[in-house]
Amino acid sequence: MLNLYINGDRYRIDLPGDTPLLWVLRDQLGLTGTKFGCGEGLCGACTVHIDGEAARACQTPISTLNDKEVTTIEGLSPRGDHPLQKAWVAEEVPQCGYCQCGMIMSAAALLKKKPKPSETEIDQALAGNLCRCGTYNRIRKAVQRAALPVGKQGGLK
Amino acid sequence: MNPNKPASVRPLSPARRDFLKVSAALGGGLLLAFYLPGRARGAGSAAPFAPNAWLRIASDGGITILVDKSEMGQGVMTALPMLLAEELDADWNKVRAEFAPAGPEYKHPWFGVQGTGGSTSVRVGWEPLRKAGAAAREMLVAAAAKKWRVDPATCHSDRGFVLHPKSKRKASYGELAAAAAALPVPAEPKLKETKHFKLIGKSRPRLDTPAKVRGQAQFGMDVKLPGMLIAAAARSPVLGGKLKSFSAEKVKALPGVRYVVEISNGVAVVGTSYWAALKGREALGLEWEAGPLATLDSAGLSAKFQELMGTPGLVAKAIGDAKTAMAAGKHLEADYEVPYLAHACMEPMNCTAWVKPEGVELWVGTQGQSSCQITAAKITGLKPEQVKVNTTYLGGGFGRRFAQDFVAEAVEIAKAVGKPVKLVFSREDDLRAAHYRPATLTRLAAGLDAEGKPLALAIKTVGPSIMAAAFPSAIKDGLDSTAVEGLADQPYAVPNFSTEWVRHEAGVPVWFWRSVGHSQNAFAMEGFIDELAHAAGKDPFEFRRALLGAQPKARAVLELAAAKAGWGKPLPKGQARGIAVHESFGSWVAQVAEVSLENQRIRVHRVICAVDCGQVVNPDTIVAQMESGIAFGLSAALHGAITLKDGRVQQGNFHDYPILRMGEMPKVEVFLAPSGGTLGGVGEPGTPPIAPAVANALFALTGKRLRKLPLAL
Ligand code: FES
Ligand code: FES
Repeated sequence: MLNLYINGDRYRIDLPGDTPLLWVLRDQLGLTGTKFGCGEGLCGACTVHIDGEAARACQTPISTLNDKEVTTIEGLSPRGDHPLQKAWVAEEVPQCGYCQCGMIMSAAALLKKKPKPSETEIDQALAGNLCRCGTYNRIRKAVQRAALPVGKQGGLK
Repeated sequence: MNPNKPASVRPLSPARRDFLKVSAALGGGLLLAFYLPGRARGAGSAAPFAPNAWLRIASDGGITILVDKSEMGQGVMTALPMLLAEELDADWNKVRAEFAPAGPEYKHPWFGVQGTGGSTSVRVGWEPLRKAGAAAREMLVAAAAKKWRVDPATCHSDRGFVLHPKSKRKASYGELAAAAAALPVPAEPKLKETKHFKLIGKSRPRLDTPAKVRGQAQFGMDVKLPGMLIAAAARSPVLGGKLKSFSAEKVKALPGVRYVVEISNGVAVVGTSYWAALKGREALGLEWEAGPLATLDSAGLSAKFQELMGTPGLVAKAIGDAKTAMAAGKHLEADYEVPYLAHACMEPMNCTAWVKPEGVELWVGTQGQSSCQITAAKITGLKPEQVKVNTTYLGGGFGRRFAQDFVAEAVEIAKAVGKPVKLVFSREDDLRAAHYRPATLTRLAAGLDAEGKPLALAIKTVGPSIMAAAFPSAIKDGLDSTAVEGLADQPYAVPNFSTEWVRHEAGVPVWFWRSVGHSQNAFAMEGFIDELAHAAGKDPFEFRRALLGAQPKARAVLELAAAKAGWGKPLPKGQARGIAVHESFGSWVAQVAEVSLENQRIRVHRVICAVDCGQVVNPDTIVAQMESGIAFGLSAALHGAITLKDGRVQQGNFHDYPILRMGEMPKVEVFLAPSGGTLGGVGEPGTPPIAPAVANALFALTGKRLRKLPLAL
């Protein structure tokens, strides 16, 4: 039996320890904002935070998570109004939208470490997040917008 | 604690609370009702005013517009409601979009079935949706006039209200809804002149964005129903192979596995989670019979194409006498070759099906609702109208989600187990059990006169037919027009011109892939025109321009792209420009690519894109579609290849089928040059010109002509 802390709630989990966090989130807990794109750590669609660090849920067996803190897109902000989420809306980033939760989670982990990332730092932090719709330029802009001080450029408060 | 008790949505609290014990025994886990964000509540079928298949107005003034096209990122969920809301004079803030069900009233006028594709959604919605809005508006005005006993001509509408200025009376659409419903629907309502548009032509924020950034948008992959099971299927690793044997007993005993089901394409393992189904699939001990395609490989196919190039083809176009005219001038000839490509939608294929005696219900991100009904009806022996299709958001489509393979498999499995089942493709399944953009070989030959003007152009292309698999009735006199689109209708003035097609079916399933035949044919055509310009000693932009005298739209976008790119002005050292222009789906697009080489790796720095799609509806969506089309085309130009060996697809995931990454995305500048009149599409036309623009830039940089995709120096 494992203790999993997800978005502030504690779950006691009785599943094989090699089960990837991704499938526990999606199939068991109904937290489907964390997406399945490749299952091999190659696309970033499943990005969550584990103790504040960006991690791929498809590559994280639950046995490694005892007493760790997991945050998913559903828990990123109380009302879905994280500066990045607002910036994503302001820049009209999503197309199909499937990759975007993973993008936002990767970007959120970056901003925590580097509140003012350079373009190269953004590209590096998001290098493992794929978008088949090619929204990369807007993603870059949205991360920069979210990193701006409050009040600049409008849309974000 | 009852583990099956639905826990619904939990409030997030900073305090740690113990939660449900989650275990394999729990089965489906938490049960969340399926819903689509954006689906209006209180404005549903009980709405008092529903004058047509697209509109419902509730008595509280809530307006629901039904979107009969699938939202796969291209923005129909916003652009189509804009068309109706414009003529309705609706308050845009009160408009909600809802996915329409499958039904005959939503039949695509060109396809004859309900579906989304061919960059047609706004083009075919333009008339009927505006008429639907205008008719409803006239009825609301008439209802108000009747109530106030005034002449309807003295009333007008504005943002959700009917007004009578003389008497200063005003009534909201919600108040008038019930009365309007009792009036006849006008057959020929009056439409606005374009200059009076308030919504159309101005960028509107997309209605689906908020849900998509919060993880609330429900894709097919996210569907969850009470008692639903999840399936993974095993299919022959060799194309066209047959199942020989497997062992179900051991697999059935694994934790979380409920059923092992044989289906037409192989075997499915059905369990309480996808992980359980995957583990079960690994343990099946499968044996396959290879079948007739066991020796198929990409090198062999290339050789076969070369051999077939020597055989006569079906004539798709003939003007003058290209062969004789060619002999008179300076002769040029080149072969362009492209590989198979997978769509690699970010959301792997999936479908949820529930087969009940009285009907089938599907939850699926599909581009073809009618086809889903027909597929499920065939398998179950029910009638198509007994199949209810719930369209979810699509995590990318690009043509792939028109196909029925994943729907058919899901229905077969659900029929066998009698419970709702979600079939999920792994990424490996998605790339291998796929339908591909055809591999083709195209030979172009030309003769130039002494001034470098083309006297003759003869094109022959070898490849399979997409329509034979998708819409056989679209093949006319043996010709599949998608095989030669962008070639047979090339825009340049050449007095003697011919296009031939040699059909070759290798047995690899082929399908529509964003921009279809244009995706490879623009590469060949625009690459070869560049070669002719070089042979003529002319600037590639000026050479094209001179041959486009009879094509004002082509010329306009070409000139705009060149001007915005600063064509002819110097670039930083080590960089060069290439240009391409192409028409597809009724829109003209010209692109200029600026490239360099970094350690022999191709780097695209900036792309200037000019587009003429006739009338503009939601400008920012057009810009976004151009950006997206360019990224999609760049993935193919720089990386994309599905190759075969011993009848097997060699690629399996993003490590060996790479798509463009963030750091590879060039700056993109899009300029709209709408010429008005007939609408063109925008979902696909951004893709074709980018590969040739980059290849032409690389020629300018290195002097090396690249005629094969993906581009490699
Ligand atoms: S699904 Fe985890 S990285 Fe792709
Ligand atoms: S928005 Fe479609 S994959 Fe990124």
